[in-house]
Amino acid sequence: MSEPMLRARNVHKSFGHLEILKGISLEVQAGQVACLLGPSGSGKSTFLRCINHLEKINDGELWVAGERIGYRRSGNKLHELKENQTAKQRAAVGMVFQQFNLFPHRTALENVIEGPVVVQKRNKAQALREGMELLDRVGLADKYKHYPAQLSGGQQQRVAIARALALKPRLMLFDEPTSALDPELVGEVLDVMGSLAASGMTMIVVTHEMGFAKEVGDVVHFMADGQLVESGSPTQVLGNPRETRTQAFLSKVLA
Amino acid sequence: MTQVAAVVEGRRNEEADLRVVPARFVGRWVAAVAVLGILAMTIYAMFTNERFHWDVVGEYLFAAPVISGLGKTLMLTGISMLIGVLLGIVVAVCRLSSNPILSTAAWAYSWFFRGTPLMVQLLFWFFLAALVPTIGLGVPFGPELLSIDTNSVISPFTAALLGLSLNEGAYMGEIVRSGIRAISPGQTEAAKAIGMSRLQTMRRVVLPQAMRVIIPPTGNETIGMLKYTSLVIVIGYSELLTSVSIIYSRNFQTIPLLIVAAIWYLAVTAVFSVGQHFIERHFERGFTPMKGKKPPTPGTAETVVPSAAEPAAAQANEPELEPTK
Ligand SMILES: Nc1ncnc2c1ncn2[C@@H]1O[C@H](COP(=O)(O)OP(=O)(O)OP(=O)(O)O)[C@@H](O)[C@H]1O
Ligand SMILES: [Mg+2]
Repeated sequence: MSEPMLRARNVHKSFGHLEILKGISLEVQAGQVACLLGPSGSGKSTFLRCINHLEKINDGELWVAGERIGYRRSGNKLHELKENQTAKQRAAVGMVFQQFNLFPHRTALENVIEGPVVVQKRNKAQALREGMELLDRVGLADKYKHYPAQLSGGQQQRVAIARALALKPRLMLFDEPTSALDPELVGEVLDVMGSLAASGMTMIVVTHEMGFAKEVGDVVHFMADGQLVESGSPTQVLGNPRETRTQAFLSKVLA
Repeated sequence: MTQVAAVVEGRRNEEADLRVVPARFVGRWVAAVAVLGILAMTIYAMFTNERFHWDVVGEYLFAAPVISGLGKTLMLTGISMLIGVLLGIVVAVCRLSSNPILSTAAWAYSWFFRGTPLMVQLLFWFFLAALVPTIGLGVPFGPELLSIDTNSVISPFTAALLGLSLNEGAYMGEIVRSGIRAISPGQTEAAKAIGMSRLQTMRRVVLPQAMRVIIPPTGNETIGMLKYTSLVIVIGYSELLTSVSIIYSRNFQTIPLLIVAAIWYLAVTAVFSVGQHFIERHFERGFTPMKGKKPPTPGTAETVVPSAAEPAAAQANEPELEPTK
């Protein structure tokens, strides 16, 4: 059996005395699209941020492509990685935020090549070429000179996806990528994500878009109160949920 | 007001080609005439008043000691501001650090240097030799490896520089800190997520954006510094005001020589203000979508998907895109 792209084992995370993640264990296989559902405050964002080591976990283990995130094991001790090693691990995981978080002082193309050129120290001419290809892939090649403030929300989010892809990540994390968008702009972002999934990218998507979860998702995980309540195929979890908490959530969302 | 309303009303009533009559601002013209009149009178009074001694002003405006003093003022302002800004960045980063020792130290620095008069600080540095006769380099609490006479290090210039830049660093620290805090945490998050180190995040993401907030008060600080340099008169460094005072203590033409100094301070302030305008415009990139260069509109010839070589050529000479070493 091949190594899963993401393996989380008993992940705990607390802020002060408040335990937000109460032992999450799940696997995402290479090429899979995993959708993460759950009520607000259930810890979905926190879990994604732990995968990228933007938050340190308090207990448990996380591996991306067989590599332990944030720590190095020697004997029975875990040593926290140095900043540059963490940075390298982060670059292998792309992240797309609800609020886009594009760099406003850089054009679309500059945003995309920032990672390859500054972090990965790749050749700039090549980075520009690949950056243009990525912008083309998200349908924004003609907007390469625009600053984020000159783009619509949907366009900004597509640039943000291109920026994450520029680092050639093995895993892409999406944290409610369409929640901040006007309804008529949601489709263009979901289309880009759908074609990314079709190209074989491993993706973990926190979303409230049930249509996307059904059509593109391979598995759906339902989280509540810092715990994984139910996992399964989209048809099973969304169509015929076993757990009462899942049922209650879905009846509210789909109402 | 009523005219504008009338024009709008007229437009609504008839779709025919109407001529738009801009509203006339009578008050504006009255005010302008009044201001110009007062200005003309003041200038006339100043130039016809014998006691201003404009001939003396003209005589000394470009005199060698004045120009040399101006040069020293500019040098002191420039170097003190440069050190002050760099110190300010360090202080701000320390203040915002999660390390309690660093943030407390930075706070204490700001408190001390903002809390004591600059004049006292200048005198303190100048008389440092009286307190600490030798400056030693060696093992802490252990033997000294190198020892220098403090008086040989602390000249009026170094005392002035130390006093002004350490003081400035405390103020700049507050300015930079407010600039950094104005940047949303999402920016830092995004920078980290693409694998940037803390230093890269600061240099390439946070500070360039914080500059928009930092530059205007820094302009104020620079202009303030230009004039604060005149305080070093107490330690005898011959900058502009000191040079001028030496002259008028000999020839008793106090007012004309102070006018000479004022003219130079005003001229330099004007140059600084122009410089600030251009620096502000540079850091405004991306933040004012309505002004500045318009992006190509969809559907025009410009929006043809450019070849990869084209943006490369277009942006090849933009220094901030260079990979950091
Ligand atoms: N840095 C932090 N410090 C303290 N508490 C935090 C922090 N980050 C998140 N939390 C808390 O953790 C809980 C879970 O937050 P999280 O953002 O992971 O939820 P979520 O499932 O993503 O919710 P939403 O659907 O609203 O985005 C919330 O109660 C939040 O207040
Ligand atoms: Mg969230």
